[in-house]
Amino acid sequence: MSTGTTKLDVVVSDVVPVNELVTRFHFRRRDGGLLPTFSGGAHVVVEMRDGDRTRLNPYSLMGSPLDTREYTISVRRDDVGRGGSLFMHRQVKPGLEMVISYPVNLFSLDLRAKKHLMLAGGIGITPFMAQTSQLAGAGGNFELHYTCRTASLGTYADVLQQRYGNRVRLYHDDREERIDLDKLLSSQPLGTHLYVCGPAGMINWVRDRAAALGWPPETVHFEHFAAPQPGAPFDVTLAVSGKTIRVGEQQSLLEAIEAAGVDPPYLCRGGVCGQCETNVISSDGKFIHNDHWLSEEDHRSGCKIMPCVSRFEGKSLVLER
Amino acid sequence: MGITFRKETFRDDYTFRNSPEHIRRFPFPFNEDAYMYAVNIEPHVVGPKGSVLENLIDVDEHYVAEMQDRALVLAEDPLRCQSLPHMTLAGWDLLELLMEQQALGYPEHFTLERNGDRWRWINRPLGIDDTFTFGDTSTLPYGPMEYITRQSQGDFCILDQRDGNLWMDAGMVTTQADWSLDFDIGMNFFEWHAPVPLAHEKGIFTRALKFLTNIQQGKPARRLNWTMTINPRLDTSPENYHKWGPDRATVTPENVGQKVHLRVELQSFWRLPRSNAIVFPIRCYLIKMDELVTQPKWARRLHRVIRDLPEELATYKGLTRYRPTLVEWLSKLDDGSATSPGFGPD
Repeated sequence: MSTGTTKLDVVVSDVVPVNELVTRFHFRRRDGGLLPTFSGGAHVVVEMRDGDRTRLNPYSLMGSPLDTREYTISVRRDDVGRGGSLFMHRQVKPGLEMVISYPVNLFSLDLRAKKHLMLAGGIGITPFMAQTSQLAGAGGNFELHYTCRTASLGTYADVLQQRYGNRVRLYHDDREERIDLDKLLSSQPLGTHLYVCGPAGMINWVRDRAAALGWPPETVHFEHFAAPQPGAPFDVTLAVSGKTIRVGEQQSLLEAIEAAGVDPPYLCRGGVCGQCETNVISSDGKFIHNDHWLSEEDHRSGCKIMPCVSRFEGKSLVLER
Repeated sequence: MGITFRKETFRDDYTFRNSPEHIRRFPFPFNEDAYMYAVNIEPHVVGPKGSVLENLIDVDEHYVAEMQDRALVLAEDPLRCQSLPHMTLAGWDLLELLMEQQALGYPEHFTLERNGDRWRWINRPLGIDDTFTFGDTSTLPYGPMEYITRQSQGDFCILDQRDGNLWMDAGMVTTQADWSLDFDIGMNFFEWHAPVPLAHEKGIFTRALKFLTNIQQGKPARRLNWTMTINPRLDTSPENYHKWGPDRATVTPENVGQKVHLRVELQSFWRLPRSNAIVFPIRCYLIKMDELVTQPKWARRLHRVIRDLPEELATYKGLTRYRPTLVEWLSKLDDGSATSPGFGPD
């Protein structure tokens, strides 16, 4: 049976520029009904039809889970990425009909926590928008530490401070403000859970310090979607379906497989959920693994690849698809 | 016209029985003449009219009597219903799911009116008409999970999902096949399945966990499980083993048809939206041998399944003591002719 999600037919109900890099998109159901309820930290996969190309990018839902009349996502423009964010910024206007997935949560709150300590970097703020709404509505105990480059790029910093006052602390890179992480992690009450979402460097830093300071791994949660990276084109043979495909420079391997009419299961498209894990039948070349799902041993073995984010360089690659 | 609810008991004088329509809709669990474990999971989608899958949450003629039996069990042993403190939100999720599904499938018996957070729930068979604030536990006579599962057939386990595992952190369990919520509460998926024979070696639980943790909102799944019970007793719990265990020694060739029951569980799995937990309803259906063998195909097939069941499974399901008597009784109804494929009667 398929492990994918049900799709939702939506219409873009509003497009709101938030600052020079970030734009917010509002979606409503085309039939006027309510959208499914979701939990803070959930994402949806947005299908972008760009000429003959289809991109499927995951974005965190940032509205209140209590309001299901519309979903909202915020997209940071990435001028050197594969073009998904540019498509959203340039092509998506109010009234456009789009298809998104049902919500999926791979960054769920641990509701046993006595306190939720949240660390956000840049656009990594979006899942915390929904999680703080959820917790505030239920009287939950949370504290949010948010690092941004400048005050003007502090997406939703004003909204969050207005809503939650001194439960939100801001740190601006241009003023050389920096979280005193060791002090913060050393002064939390027992039963605190730690959540971090932001650039890979920040996530690694926080996880390393938390481990060094004795935080149990099951209390440290992180959202680590890797965006697929562009790279040199390469050819792949799909043994099961008997097809040979070329993966373009701006295309992910998963997208190329889908473009050939083969549909592997997927949920996150960011190297986290494990759904699209694919067996390698043979290879002659070098893997560029970018996922957070396979073990290091799997990476070294050359027997598995996560086609949503990983690539290949070399003479030949045969996959069990 | 709605369902005519039977007045019957699942204890003492055991007046439980199935009407002819309910015999035909019984979820017979064997699609071939032999049984072995398999990861027999399929999408939980609506099935044929007149089957137990006509609605995703099934309500049948035993509804009122089952709810009365549940109330008796809870009065004697409140620990059959437990919810760890972090599971209240999942309880609200379950309340929403069960109210919506019951009102959708049986509008003549159940009505849900939603006005923002103010909800009105009318349950005509049980004479309930309550207005409450969704999310505010103080506006209900019980916690949300207990409130709605006192009004819903079947047991319910709510599994918290974290650290790549599922945790039995809440449940209402009064119609179980010899397992205890009070014993299992707080355990993870591998811990509570530890007593099951053969399946661990086959890697079934590792695969099943991987599947369950990926269940998505709006895409529930289901499977059937089965065992046998002597007398139509819903509460075959370890806590009350002294009340029902000895019944296994009372089966004679004369009373097989009335005493021995096939017990089928329709298990479904649903992602809950607010809590990201999984709810696992375990709906129990009972049918006595006299009722089951009114369908000749089922009689022939059940004979072959029970006769050829591996010894470990027979022991685990508690059939050892009366299996020879049952097989002998069923053998007289098996002329050796072929059975048609599929679950349903001919």
